[in-house]
Amino acid sequence: MNVTRGFAGRPRVRNDGLPPGQYDAGDDWPVLSAEVTPELAPAQWTFTVDGLVAEPRTWSWDEAHALPPSAYEGDIHCVTSWSKFGVRFGGVSLDAFLGPVRPAAETTHALAYSHTGYTTNLPLADLTGGRAWIVWEYGDGPLPAEHGGPARLLVPHLYFWKSAKWIAGIRLLDHDEPGFWEQNGYHHRGNPWEEQRYSGD
Amino acid sequence: MTETPTPPFPPTAPAPSTRFAVPGRIAVSDRTAATWQRATLTEVRRETPHASTFRFAVPRWEGHLPGQHLMLRLRAQDGYVAQRHYSIASPPDDTGHVELTLDHVDGGEVSGWFHTVAKPGDEVELRGPLSGFFAWPGDRPALLLGAGSGVVPLMSMVRHHRARKLSVPLRLLVSARGPEELIYASEYGPETTTVFTRSAPPGTPVGRVSAARVERLLADPPEGGWEAYVCGSNGFAEHASRLLVGAGQPVDRIRIERFG
Repeated sequence: MNVTRGFAGRPRVRNDGLPPGQYDAGDDWPVLSAEVTPELAPAQWTFTVDGLVAEPRTWSWDEAHALPPSAYEGDIHCVTSWSKFGVRFGGVSLDAFLGPVRPAAETTHALAYSHTGYTTNLPLADLTGGRAWIVWEYGDGPLPAEHGGPARLLVPHLYFWKSAKWIAGIRLLDHDEPGFWEQNGYHHRGNPWEEQRYSGD
Repeated sequence: MTETPTPPFPPTAPAPSTRFAVPGRIAVSDRTAATWQRATLTEVRRETPHASTFRFAVPRWEGHLPGQHLMLRLRAQDGYVAQRHYSIASPPDDTGHVELTLDHVDGGEVSGWFHTVAKPGDEVELRGPLSGFFAWPGDRPALLLGAGSGVVPLMSMVRHHRARKLSVPLRLLVSARGPEELIYASEYGPETTTVFTRSAPPGTPVGRVSAARVERLLADPPEGGWEAYVCGSNGFAEHASRLLVGAGQPVDRIRIERFG
């Protein structure tokens, strides 16, 4: 690619935490959802894990909160090219939900879905081993509705469209099944460090 | 507990397929979405004191649908690359060309380059079109609500409607701070309602889009109902989408494109 005449970009310091093609959004946290923000009260919120599992299970808000708390402190990256550093989310590790349902050995992928009908697919390996959370706190407060509150999925090592807002459940599968943005041209995995933005990347 | 509130969705939903906004009806080509191509700036048109339209010749552009966006990138001498998503303003029939209308964002490194450096003959790179979600092929009655530069993808739809002389109903509500900030001011016709939030010509009310205004917009629905497209800042998108739902527009027939 040629140099763009007269383009210098912002003054920049080397930041090893910034994946290629991303910029630091600073204090901003843009809202990007394709759908109307739902009015979903904690009492109405449920989280289900089913599909290829020995014991499908649904947790209520209180049942989920009774699980051991786990927080994520680190960075998040959106495919639209902003990254946000040093954020804190509080909730429960997804491992705490996946353990009790006993996933079948042939499980390879999962489809996460929201109370709004949003869907996104993930390899199971991206959801286990302390790499994914169900979160309901942002900073010191509850997760705002426009950012997925009362609770969202958090998979911070992938582009943020994988971190489904208003999470309703995860279905375990023995195959990959593209979700909403993946059917609309986005990459199936979405690793920011490999710039997996669109299908074909 | 004797009374259980009814949840909005059953906790044991059937197959978790995407329920909103008729998913996947427009396929995006993997190849065009992944390929960067060179675009030459051919024309710059001032729209408002803060927004201009940039016209590019893109010889290998394979077309788009109104409402789709593209990704644009600039490269600095030291190899630094900046890339941004922009909605396409031009209609699909503008063969070999695309137009973008960009606000001059305070401190914006890409919009800053466009507004202070760029001139015809300059080359940039772009890839697209991207995302079939906000696209409108002209097949369903469309209710468009935009604010500020959020009107850009909606204008592509209006231009498409006119160029193809489509008979499918189309209505546009466009909100701007004042008349001098109304993008595409000279292009609006009877399909358009304008709302001014800060200043307006004498005799014209000033204020946010109201519930009454949205109810009037939704009046006399066409057969099959409206497909609603909302584009603007997050504040506008939240406000407008809530008013739409309040006026009876089904949640799963509202598509939203927000920008931070």
